[in-house]
Amino acid sequence: MVKLITKEGLIPSHVNKLFYLMAPFVAVALGLISIAVIPFGPEITIGPVTTWMQLTDLRIGILFVIAVSSVGVYGVALGGWASNNKYSLLGGLRSSAQMISYELPLALAVAAPLLLANTLSFRDMVNYQSGYWLGFIPRWNLIPEIIAFIVFMIAGFAETNRVPFDLPEAENELVAGFHTEYSSMNFAAFFMAEYSNMVTVTAVATLLFLGGWQPPFPAPYSDVVPILVFALAGLIAVYHGLHPARRMDKFTLPATGLVFLGIAAIFGLSLFVPVLKTILMALFWFCGKILILLFVFIWVRATLPRFRYDQLMRFAWIFLFPLAMLNLLATSLIVALTTK
Amino acid sequence: MPNAVPLSWYLILSAILFGLGVAGFIFRRNIITVFMSIELMLNAVNLTFVTFSYQFKQVDGHIYSFFVMVVAAAEAAVGLAIILTVFKNRSTLMIDDVNSMKY
Amino acid sequence: MTALIFLIFACIAVFCGISLVVQTHPIASALSLIGVMGSLAILYLQLGGEFIAMAQIIVYAGAIMVLFVFVIMLLNAGAETPTFQASTFVKYLGIVLLVAFLGLISFIIQAALPKTEGVVFGGFQGTAADVGRKLFTSYLLPFEVTSVLILIALVGAIVLARKEI
Repeated sequence: MVKLITKEGLIPSHVNKLFYLMAPFVAVALGLISIAVIPFGPEITIGPVTTWMQLTDLRIGILFVIAVSSVGVYGVALGGWASNNKYSLLGGLRSSAQMISYELPLALAVAAPLLLANTLSFRDMVNYQSGYWLGFIPRWNLIPEIIAFIVFMIAGFAETNRVPFDLPEAENELVAGFHTEYSSMNFAAFFMAEYSNMVTVTAVATLLFLGGWQPPFPAPYSDVVPILVFALAGLIAVYHGLHPARRMDKFTLPATGLVFLGIAAIFGLSLFVPVLKTILMALFWFCGKILILLFVFIWVRATLPRFRYDQLMRFAWIFLFPLAMLNLLATSLIVALTTK
Repeated sequence: MPNAVPLSWYLILSAILFGLGVAGFIFRRNIITVFMSIELMLNAVNLTFVTFSYQFKQVDGHIYSFFVMVVAAAEAAVGLAIILTVFKNRSTLMIDDVNSMKY
Repeated sequence: MTALIFLIFACIAVFCGISLVVQTHPIASALSLIGVMGSLAILYLQLGGEFIAMAQIIVYAGAIMVLFVFVIMLLNAGAETPTFQASTFVKYLGIVLLVAFLGLISFIIQAALPKTEGVVFGGFQGTAADVGRKLFTSYLLPFEVTSVLILIALVGAIVLARKEI
């Protein structure tokens, strides 16, 4: 990132300058704007102030995220077109066609949990998912809506142009796709947009299907988990620091281990401070779930090869779309039969 | 500055946008731009619907503008398909050049 | 505050509308139209139409305009060449007449509309639930007819886009 800022920004002579410079920043702005409506935790009271751990709550927060993601294609399409280069243009065209196609299954997959919870607000969505079935199974939408979750994640991969759906930037056919002509900060901006889109998609998946900041175990057990996780990480780091494989490890690993142990101590301390506990627990579970989903993104990237273009379109229209549609139909049938 | 906006301002804005749409529809030669001017006119009409919906405190206007959007989507799909076909056959987008019934 | 927001976004809408008409390149026109749609969505929010504002962005900016941009890129449509050259005098006269015409329209609207209370943000909220309830009770038949319309458009677009024509 920092390295790319310091590089010289080249503007090729044959580009459409205004749109060429505008495209990366459109992409970044639209990638970051969704974070505004995503809640990180429950209502907290610090002294006289009671607030939600969220920038703003819209009654239509979920629609807002869908709207922003549907407009997000312009950054890529414009970048590809303004570069005035046939590979970039092909990348931009592919990206717009792909995003329109995968928008449909995405929206249909989102609609199913909305039907269950009967709300468009993220807060109410998470509150709906609190509690446990039989005392230990979390009431997450993941369990009744497992199909919707899978469709959402696949469509999310396509919306963020990640492997195996990264046709717009397929290196071996299109040089580098829509950002072939970009350099320096503009190039970095496209990547920032891509990664912030990833975070948004995983955060929305967490809120809609994985219960947001609700812990997966009932309260007394779930409070201990972060302490155990961080203490274990710290102890492992200290152990490896005491048996170093390289010379640097003698200093870096124990230092990291101490930091982790410190975090564990903070979590332990927070058990006695209710305010701190609410904040830290919510953040721990929310960020933990997001990180697990992000790990899946990277994992898939390292595992799967890229689709061919016709396979990509056929997969969206013949498989994913009917699947999401059937799931929505089944969900609405169940909701209609169970409510008065 | 008054806090409340008079209802007529919204209608005037809508009229101005509609007028711009008509101007673009009449004066432009590129068939895609002409098409976009039509979309601008539809948008202006939608603004009027939503404004009156506020005035009468009912959501009917929202539903009308929702239908207008659906019709616009259908129209865009068919219209752009027609434009693609015209471009394939005549390899031009200027409406002045598309002036013979049979080619 | 309401008036300020209205003025800002109305100015953006009018500016983008003018830019749509005068730009010679189709892509620039398309982006101006997206600007108009975005500012109109903000105005809808102000008028209490939160569902319709989001539908505006999802359907118009997110689907219809992407189609337009896609087709413009696909055809690689270049800048429009002017077919006739108007004299400077005619151009200035046209601008003056246009402003006078718009002023006249504004005056007529202002005069014809009965005095009503102004728009205040939050004065009326048509929530998504209200719109949905109305759509599936009073407007059920138009809604179903719309779905038939979309089906016809779908078939029409596929037939037109076949290779044989």
